[in-house]
Amino acid sequence: MMKIEAIIQPSRFESVKDALLEIGIEGMTVTEVRGHGRQKGHTEVYRGREYTVDLLPKVKLELVLADQLVNRAVDAILKSAKTGKIGDGKIFLSRVEEAIRIRNEERGESAL
Amino acid sequence: MKRMGIVCCSVLTLVLLAVPLLAQQSPATASPVTPSASASSPEVPQAVTEKLNQLEQKVTAAQSSADNAWMLVSAALVLMMTGPGLALFYGGVVRQKNVLAIMMESFAVMALITVLWALVGYSLCFGGDGPFIGNFHMALLRGVGALPNADYAGTIPQTTFMVYQLMFAIITPALITGATAERMKFSGTVLFMTLWFLVVYAPMAHMVWGKGRFLNASLGGRFPTLDFAGGTVVHVTSGVSALVCALYLGKRVGYPKQPMPPHSLVLSFTGACLLWVGWFGFNAGSALASNGLASSAFVATHFGAAAAAIGWCVAEWFKNGRASALGAISGAVAGLVAITPAAGFVGPRSALAIGFIAGIFCFWMVTKFKAIFGYDDALDAFGVHGAGGTIGALLTGVCARVAVNPIFGDGKAVGGLDGHWGQVGNQLVGVLIAWVLALVGTIIILKVVDVTTGLRVTEEHEVQGLDISLHGEEGYNLES
Repeated sequence: MMKIEAIIQPSRFESVKDALLEIGIEGMTVTEVRGHGRQKGHTEVYRGREYTVDLLPKVKLELVLADQLVNRAVDAILKSAKTGKIGDGKIFLSRVEEAIRIRNEERGESAL
Repeated sequence: MKRMGIVCCSVLTLVLLAVPLLAQQSPATASPVTPSASASSPEVPQAVTEKLNQLEQKVTAAQSSADNAWMLVSAALVLMMTGPGLALFYGGVVRQKNVLAIMMESFAVMALITVLWALVGYSLCFGGDGPFIGNFHMALLRGVGALPNADYAGTIPQTTFMVYQLMFAIITPALITGATAERMKFSGTVLFMTLWFLVVYAPMAHMVWGKGRFLNASLGGRFPTLDFAGGTVVHVTSGVSALVCALYLGKRVGYPKQPMPPHSLVLSFTGACLLWVGWFGFNAGSALASNGLASSAFVATHFGAAAAAIGWCVAEWFKNGRASALGAISGAVAGLVAITPAAGFVGPRSALAIGFIAGIFCFWMVTKFKAIFGYDDALDAFGVHGAGGTIGALLTGVCARVAVNPIFGDGKAVGGLDGHWGQVGNQLVGVLIAWVLALVGTIIILKVVDVTTGLRVTEEHEVQGLDISLHGEEGYNLES
C-alpha cells in the first residue's frame, strides 16, 4: 500500500478529481492548505502599506492505494494538475504499513 | 354683491402672494405681514380677517409638517452613519480578533452620548448665549417640546432639532475610535468619550452653532466661521483628538513590522456606502428645513464624495499602478468630510473641486505623511477626518457664494470667490480654535483617564484580541 500526497493548484482540483475518477479511484481526503515552494507570493497594498503574502492557497489530496494502482494514479495527477508554471505543486509517495476500516475492522488492501 | 366679489378677489390675491412669502421666510418674520396688510383696507370684514388668520396658521402648519418630516428622516440618517455605517467601515479594517470591540465602541457611544445629551449635553451646546459654552437651563431637556426654538430652527419642533443635533454628538466621538483601535481598554474608552464630549465637543458646537456671538456665522459672531454641517465641530475636533490619542497610546504591538491587513473589506465597503447615504441627512439636513438650500447641500455632498473617490483612486493609480476598493471608499469618505462645512455654501462645481482636492490630499496624508512621522493612527481617523475637515473648512472660505446662501445678508459677499477673501481668515480662526481645543482638551482627558481606569490593555490581551479579552466573545464562530 502506498500513500499519495499531492499538493496542487486550487484551480486544478476539479480536473484532478475527474482524472482520478476515470481510473476508478473514488476515495480521497482533501484539505485546503497554505504554503509555498519556489513560487514567490504577491504584494497587497492597503492605504499605502504593503504586505507580502508569501503563503499561497493550495489544495492537498491524500490517497492510500493498492500498489498496482499507484503509477496510474500518479500519471493521472501529473497530467491533470500541470499548468507548466511555477507553483503547480508536488507529489509525495510513502509506504503505508496498515489500513483498518473502522466499521468492520477489515485490514489491509481490502480496507481501502 | 359686486363689492363682495372684489373683496373676495383681493383677499385671494393676498393669500396667493402670502404663500410664497411664507415659504421663503420663517413664520416669525412673515406673520406680521398679512394682518397689517388686511388691517390697512378697512372694508375687509372681521370674518375675512379671521379666515386669513386661519389660512396663515394652516400655511405655517403645513410648512412645519414638511420641514419636520425631512428633519426626522435626516436625524435617522445621521444615526445610521454611526451604527451601522461607521461600525462596519471601521470593523472591516481591523483584524478579525478586534471586530466586535471596535463595533461595540461605536454602539456604546450611541447609548452613552444619548443619555448625556438628555442630562446636560443639549443644554451645554444650545442653551444660553455665552460666547464659549452653553448653560444648564435646558438640562434634563427642560422646556424642550413641540414649540420651535426660534434661535435655531423656527419651523420645526425643538424636540426634532434637539434629537437631530444629538446624532452629530454621537458620531463625533465615535470617529476617534479609529485611532485608538485594537489597543484601548473599554472602560477607558467609555470614560474618555464622556469627558471628551463635555470638554471638547460641547464648547465647540456652542461656539460655532450656538447663539454666542463668537464663531457663529448666522447669528453675528465676532469671527463668523462658515461650518454648515460640522467640518470644524465634528471632523477637525475628532480628527485632531484622534492624532493625539494615537501619539499618546503608542503603536499597536507589532506595528509596523507585522502585517495587519483589514480582515473584511466587504464590511468596510458596505459601511462606507451607508456613510455616503447617511451623509445626505448630515449635510442636507443641516439646512434645518426642507427647502432649496437642503437640495443644494444634498447635491454638493454627492458631488464632493464622487470627485474625492476619483481623486484618491487617480493618485493611487499613479503611485501603485492600480486603484483599490479600500482607496475608493476612503476617498469618498474624505470627500464627504471635506464637503461637510461647505455643503450649504457652495455650488456643484466648487463641490467637485473641493472633493477632488480632498481625495488627493487625504491620500497623501494617510500614505506619505503618516509614514514620515510613524504614528499608528490605526484606521486613519486623523488622515481622513482631521486633514479632510481642515482643508474642507479652509476651502469653504474660498468657495462660499452669496448666490447659494446669503448668510451675511442679501447681496453681501460671503467667500473668497465673491471677493470677500477675509472669510478665509475667519475660517482659519475657527479651524485654529478647533485644533487648539482638541489638542489641549484631549491631552488633559487622556491624562485623567490614564490615572483612573487606564488606557491600554495588557500586551497579552492585545495579542489575544480585544473581542475575547474585553468582551468575552468572538465576532465569527464559523464552526459553531
